[in-house]
Formats: sequence, C-alpha cells, structure tokens
Amino acid sequence: MNRPLDPGSWQYRELNSRAPTLSTLSDTLIALAEEGHPIVAGSADLQYSNGLVGFARRYPERFIQFGISEQNMVSAAAGLATTGLMPFVATFASFLALLCCEQIRMDVAYCAQPVRLIGHHAGISLGFYGTSHHATEDLAIMRSIADLTVVAPADGAQFAAAIRASVHHPQPIYFRIGRGHDPVVYDQDTPFAFGEAITHGIGDEITIIATGSSVHPALEATRALQAGGKSVGLIDMHTIKPLDEKAVLAAADRSRIILTVEEHTILGGLGGAVAEVMAEHGARARLVRHGIKDEFSLIAPPTHLYRHYRLDAQGIEEVARALLA
Amino acid sequence: MAAEAGDRAYEGAGPPFILGYHPLEHGRNSMNTTLTQDEITRLEERARFIRLETIRLISIAKVGHYSSAFSAAEIFATLYYDTMRIRRDEPAWIDRDRFLMGKGHAAVALFPVLADLGFFPKAWLDQYTRLGSPLGDHPDMRKVPGVDFSSGSIGHALSAGLGMALGARILKRDFRTFVMLGDGEMQEGQVWEAALAAANHGLSRLIAIIDRNGFQLDGRVDDTMAIEPLREKWEAFGWDVSDVDGHDVVSVAECLRRLRDDERRAKPACVIAHTIKGKGVSYMETEPGWHLGYLAPADEARAIEEIMAGAAR
Ligand SMILES: Cc1ncc(C[n+]2csc(CCOP(=O)(O)OP(=O)(O)O)c2C)c(N)n1
Ligand SMILES: [Mg+2]
Repeated sequence: MNRPLDPGSWQYRELNSRAPTLSTLSDTLIALAEEGHPIVAGSADLQYSNGLVGFARRYPERFIQFGISEQNMVSAAAGLATTGLMPFVATFASFLALLCCEQIRMDVAYCAQPVRLIGHHAGISLGFYGTSHHATEDLAIMRSIADLTVVAPADGAQFAAAIRASVHHPQPIYFRIGRGHDPVVYDQDTPFAFGEAITHGIGDEITIIATGSSVHPALEATRALQAGGKSVGLIDMHTIKPLDEKAVLAAADRSRIILTVEEHTILGGLGGAVAEVMAEHGARARLVRHGIKDEFSLIAPPTHLYRHYRLDAQGIEEVARALLA
Repeated sequence: MAAEAGDRAYEGAGPPFILGYHPLEHGRNSMNTTLTQDEITRLEERARFIRLETIRLISIAKVGHYSSAFSAAEIFATLYYDTMRIRRDEPAWIDRDRFLMGKGHAAVALFPVLADLGFFPKAWLDQYTRLGSPLGDHPDMRKVPGVDFSSGSIGHALSAGLGMALGARILKRDFRTFVMLGDGEMQEGQVWEAALAAANHGLSRLIAIIDRNGFQLDGRVDDTMAIEPLREKWEAFGWDVSDVDGHDVVSVAECLRRLRDDERRAKPACVIAHTIKGKGVSYMETEPGWHLGYLAPADEARAIEEIMAGAAR
C-alpha cells in the first residue's frame, strides 16, 4: 500500500526513532546476498558514512574498499558487472555524480553495465561542508545520460523497495539519497516500481510534485494547506528518469498550478523534467519550480539551510500560500 | 616595517595586538636555515594557538575535523609564520607565496591564522559555519580573503598548485606554491597526474607537503588502500623528496626554508611530514573515530589542558 503513514500512528513514531534511510542500504544488500543474488559493494573511504561497513563485516569477500578513488571505483564497478556480479557502489553524491560523471557515462551507461550507483548526502544535506560537498546538480547531470535510470527515494522503506526492485532492472541506476535521517513517509512493505510515481492526491489549486528528501516536508506542507481548506495534492516523483509523464499530465490537467519541489537547482532536475513534459504537451497549468536558484548554496547547519531555502515543510507551505494569494 | 632578505622582501608589523593573537614579527634571513631559540618558541606557540582555536571554532560548529587539523598544526604555523612570503593585511598581494590544501577539511586550522594575519576580521571566526558565514568546513577563495584556492573535493589541489607554478614561470614571478596533501589523498589518481606534470615541467618552486598521519576516514591508510613505499613513488615520479618530523618545528622549518631558497634544484619538492593524527590530545591520537567529532565540554577542558601543557602523551 502506497499511502503515507499517519504521523499520529505508533508505527510512524516507532519507525522514525530509527530514521533508517542509510542503514537500509547495508541491511537490504545483506538480505539480497543471503537470498543468493550476486551482490558486491564498494566504498571510497566512506563506509561509516554510508553504512556499508555493515555489509563489509557480513561479507568481507564481497566488499571492496577503494580508498579515496571514486573514479577508479566507478570504472571498476563496471568491470565487476561484466563478470555477472551486481555492484552497488556508494559515495557522497557530489563526488559520485560530478567527479565520476564521465566514468558513469562511458563505463557504466554506454557500456550498459547494471551498476547501482548510490549518491548519498545529496542536495545541501552536508550543510556547512559547503559547495564542494553539496550536490545540487546531480539530478540534472545524471538525467541527461542515456540509459541511466535516476531515482530519489523519499525514505528508508522506499529506498529498500527500490533496491529490491533494482535486482530485476536491466539498466544502470543512480540512486540519490540524503543524509540518511529522512523522516518516515511509508511503511515497511511499500511497493515500488521504477517510473511509476505515487500520487497522493491531485489538488484543484496546486499539485506539488516532490522528489527524494523533499517528499516528507512537501507532505507536511500539503497536510497543513489541506487543513486550511485549500485544495492541494502531492505526487511523489521518486523516479526522475524515466519520468512518469502520465502522472504529471493528469495533475496538470486538473490543477491550476504545478509546484515542483526538489533539494537541487531548479535547472534541469525534477523541475526541468516536469517543465519539458508540460511544455511539450501544451499543459494549461502554470508551473512553478521550487528549489535552489541558479547559485552556489550557502554554508550553514543543514536545518538552517532548509529554512533559508524554504525547503522545509514551513517553507514549502509559504511558497504554496504565496502562489494561492 | 619592511625587511629585505636576499631577493625576497618581507613585510611585517600591522594592527595592534588583539586578544590571543600575536602580531607578526618578520625580518628573517632567508639564506639562513637554522632557527633561533626565539623562532622555535614562537612557532611552537603558534602551533598551540592553532590547536586551541580549532577547538574553539569546532565548539561553535558542534562537529569538525580536530585530528586532521592537529596533525598539521606545526606545518600551518611554520608555513605562515616562517616560510611563506606574505604581507600582513594584504591577502591579495600579487607576489605572495601561495598555499593550497588538498585536505581542505582541515581549514578550521587555517582560518585563525588568516585572521591573525589581518586578512579578515577576527569577528568572522565567531560565526564559523553559521548561516551566511564565509567560513565553513572547507576553504573558499570566493568568500575568505587569504584563501588562495578553494577545496573540499580531495585530490585537486596539486593540479591547481601546478597551474599557479606554471603561471608564475610564464609571468616571471618568483613566488613559491605550497600544497598540503593528506596521505589518504595519495589514493586519488589526479594527484599522480599532477605529480607527473610538475616533474615534466621542472617546477622547482612547487612544494608539496604530505601530512603522513597514517589515517583516513575508514581507518589506517595502509589498511584502506596501501600507499607505501611513498618516498620511492615520489622519487620515481621525478620529485626531490625530504622526510621531516611534522611535529618538530625545527625539522619542518629548516626543511621548508631550504626548499624555498634552493635555486639550484631543478625538480619540484615533496616533503613527507611524519605526523600523528590528533597530535596534542592524547585520546585523539591515532584514534580513527576522531576523524570527525565533537568534544563535550568536559573533554574539551581536558583537551585544552593537554595542549597548554604541550603534552602529547
Ligand atoms: C574526493 C573526495 N572523496 C571523499 C571525501 C571525504 N573525505 C573527507 S576527509 C577524508 C579522509 C582524508 O584522509 P587524509 O587525506 O589522510 O586526510 P587527514 O584528515 O588524515 O589529514 C575523506 C575520504 C572528500 N572530501 N573528497
Ligand atoms: Mg591522513
């Protein structure tokens, strides 16, 4: 069932106390390996940050420590994949998507190797680490590479479901994960299909289309606006590519405004993808892209940055209210 | 106050003494590689100052890279208070020696030094990592006067330093370019592309300093991705290699003075500084868990006490 969990429920509180997006990676890979899937995992000196240390302890012979050599890791993952293994390699999204861009394009996507790339601590979640560690362009870049599936799960449960689904997915995948502390949106058995957005309702006034770490705050904002009598809906666009065009057009057909929300530059990511679809189909709804404008994001603790860029629930609500005024 | 030293002019003096910050006293003889007792005392005191300020700044951020800063404290102190040709209050002086850090995550140790040199107001330090602050976990040349190049993504700095050294040669300027690298950083391929190029171009005014503290994020460097034999690698790449005790200011300063002034050397120079990650605070030393951390107030008091006592162990 794809309904978001009720914040008043014990399940929600219980699951949130574990905030499991990142530990999910290691746990799910261990489970898949135990089921007999040929999983191998690689990390570039960040095994504690991405939690792969758990997998490394359970399957030391299936874990490859690459040291601080991300490009080497990505090309090696492509090589590993040619042997029939299923490599999952993880590092900060900024390094994976930007530093290793050409290795991803040539060795992974162009060579059609089913490598699973996990870009974690994406967006501005690394706060005062600053621009070098912020990934606000990764969706745009990854999305432009042919044959690469691009996914930004909203929480741990969806991430786990996506990893499981990836076992039967023939193409390479870029997974975009935040800090690993995302509040829970879905229950543990949430279904997942690449390219099939989850529509939590379409609003007459606004439908918000959010992805990844922005889904939870967008959901809270949606609830607050609905409580205030506004007709607002929400789509969880977990797959940025292939984009669920039908879901976008269904919303654009009924809503006055489509508001995309992403922890990413408004250029070329979710907002860009939705704009392309709407423009090409002559959708009549107005599109507003909310995210980081064309600038290098500031330095601050993450929560301060979310507040500043209005990417927290309150900020998204403010943006929506201003549009309704 | 300006002092001439060989063909290298040094400028000193500057604003009045401000709490905890000592004004620079320049006036070195660059031909002399031997340190006086006063110089030794001062550099040791500056290294202590760097460690104490690192603790203070991280207490504002509530998480930071203490141990990466501590292993390099004597190197920072030596570069900025002895080796490098810089002008107080003039961070953009065109003939300044350049400094880049591949291990940008130790910038918390650099910022107090730059403030001390009058490059930006000391009050900025109090806003370390706060919203809109120029000072974050990594150095940003667009925001921080005195930062010669931005970093944070490990592995680029030697190439950027290579470019500066090439630029100096083309423009016939005699500034030196110093690049601090982590030992884990040796695992990035780009470092070796730069190493090849610098030797190929005979950039003797490019000096790399490797903070060989033995640890990186996931643990010991040599358990993570072995890099030894390091000296032989750099020699094979065509560099002049020196080993120093990175916590002995005499060892560091004399080596850097020599490399800075030796005009006969045709090769770029690499200094392997043998250091201890977390040096100065016993419970951080060689404890990989401290790569990123936060000192609770009681531990902070203990750390400060140990640093003041100058007691490493
Ligand atoms: C390209 C890149 N990959 C990964 C990181 C994350 N990271 C930050 S510090 C660090 C370890 C650095 O080790 P070392 O170079 O030995 O520096 P030390 O802190 O020990 O001086 C890593 C992997 C990074 N900043 N840049
Ligand atoms: Mg190290």
